[in-house]
Amino acid sequence: MNSQTRIVTTKRPALRLETLLIGVGVLALVLAPFYFYPIFIMKVLCFALFACAFNLLLGYTGILSFGHAAFFGGGAYFTAHAVKEWGLTPELGILVGVAGAALLGLVIGFLAIRRQGIYSTMITLALSQMFFFFCLQAPFTHGEDGIQNIPRGRLFGLLDLAEPLYMYFFVLTVFLAGLLVIWRVIHSPYGMILRSIRENENRAISLGYSVARYKLGAFVMSAALAGLAGGLKALVFQFATLTDVSWQMSGEVVLMTLLGGIGTLIGPAFGAALVTGLGNYFATSELPVTLVTGVIFMVCVLVFRRGMIGEFYASRLGRRLTRRDDED
Amino acid sequence: MTTIFDVPIQAFLGQLLIGLINGSFYAMLSLGLAIIFGMLKIINFAHGAQYMIGAFAGYLLLATLGIGYWPALILAPLIVGLVSALIERLALSRLYNLDHLYGLLFTFGLALALEGAFRYFYGSSGQPYAVPKELAGGYNLGFMFLPKYRAWVVLASLVICIASWRLIEKTKLGAYLRAATENPTLVRTFGINVPLLLTFTYGMGAALAGLAGMLAAPIYQVSPLMGSNLIIVVFAVVVVGGMGSILGAILTGYMLGILEGLTKVFYPEASNIVIFVIMAIVLLVRPAGLMGRDAG
Repeated sequence: MNSQTRIVTTKRPALRLETLLIGVGVLALVLAPFYFYPIFIMKVLCFALFACAFNLLLGYTGILSFGHAAFFGGGAYFTAHAVKEWGLTPELGILVGVAGAALLGLVIGFLAIRRQGIYSTMITLALSQMFFFFCLQAPFTHGEDGIQNIPRGRLFGLLDLAEPLYMYFFVLTVFLAGLLVIWRVIHSPYGMILRSIRENENRAISLGYSVARYKLGAFVMSAALAGLAGGLKALVFQFATLTDVSWQMSGEVVLMTLLGGIGTLIGPAFGAALVTGLGNYFATSELPVTLVTGVIFMVCVLVFRRGMIGEFYASRLGRRLTRRDDED
Repeated sequence: MTTIFDVPIQAFLGQLLIGLINGSFYAMLSLGLAIIFGMLKIINFAHGAQYMIGAFAGYLLLATLGIGYWPALILAPLIVGLVSALIERLALSRLYNLDHLYGLLFTFGLALALEGAFRYFYGSSGQPYAVPKELAGGYNLGFMFLPKYRAWVVLASLVICIASWRLIEKTKLGAYLRAATENPTLVRTFGINVPLLLTFTYGMGAALAGLAGMLAAPIYQVSPLMGSNLIIVVFAVVVVGGMGSILGAILTGYMLGILEGLTKVFYPEASNIVIFVIMAIVLLVRPAGLMGRDAG
């Protein structure tokens, strides 16, 4: 087994640096809608949450899922349906999306963790493709058209989310809450066991942990958070389509995570911002986005495996900052 | 009219034939995937793109140089194989010491880039490729019409699959390959150039995909996206067959292709997902796959 080489671990001293970065980030995000186009930042936040949720599985448990679009897109569909057809309020609609995605995660995860490594990756891919075809044919998703004109509704029946700023701060709050959940999980004893599984699964088994249960737990949590991101996105853009469940979306979230830094708390969020920005930029140009993302993917795998945040931690400045924290 | 379970026999046999054709492609593609995986332990995500390039190579050879079907049947796989071998040498070989997941991610990026590039130059719409005149027309079997070209594809794929399988199981080269899979270090001490063997394997697996693409060109249209949806089905085929098993990949390919065709007759709504459902069931009952050895 040479899986140890794969992931750059962030050791505990990095914690304080992370807190500092997050503080600056939150401040920037609170001010951002007054300077930038809010819809774009909301899009970035949705994908950032998606990528962080994905990273909970890849970076902290060592399972590469190539089917996370099923949870993201599934969450979007469920939320959209609940809000539009059942007339639920947005927060309840999102809960429906999260629950649905968690259930999907339970089923797909249960099958995927029957094999290890690359095998389970292929299983997630195939099962999410199965979900894609289900969405293509099921009546409630409206096939190629998708669910359109989803009302944003009133949060708790009070705040009208059609107001862009209300919507923005709602999305920001949910994003931060999601991040907090992930942070809490990875710094709990439970998260330590997940990491031990990532480092050496056989040893974790020999220590008496029922690895399958832990893996499934991480899978379901990751799926639920991806569903949360999907539900949010459905409300932000007011539509849910097949693009969100396609395997290309599963690939995109892998790229975001890889680019930002696998196994770092906030790396994937940066990766998501970069990929979303690039997507927006190249959408208007002649060059197909897939060509650009494909090339970035290859370059990343060959020479930039630590990702942006991972490289930063490994750089001289990053090391110095983390060491100073150590002395405190 | 004769019927089987209330389905006209013509429709039944027609779908059976389509299933057999699809199965031929599944078998050829999963064979290449299994060969590459067996040696390099890399899931070749670019397999669909290599299949697409095989078809495009044939199309471009005809469109620009006027080279017809039969020479292209040899040239197209050769081109795909050589280009892929070069990519293996330059990039993939650097990833062998890392986790296998990086190989998957690299080839995934490669697939995206290749498809994007072909879409950029040739657009998303399909280009027709005419059936060679020797194989135009068909046989009237009395109960159904069998186009000659489709019969040829089934026959060719059977020959290719059996030949590749024999090559690996019965020849000296195959023995080297299998030995290097088991223990590369030991094989190297015998003076065998293992890195070259790896390059050859990747090139050969990719050439098989290119050959499948060339065979597919007259049946399906030549389009940049022709491989991307196929490849996921082929992944499922490989999982069902058992990842390391070459014979398993071939047999499962045909079997699932036919099963998919039959599903189209009896329950069309499920035809897209039947292979994935079977994959899920196989995973529950026999996680190593139908013919797999290890339960890794």
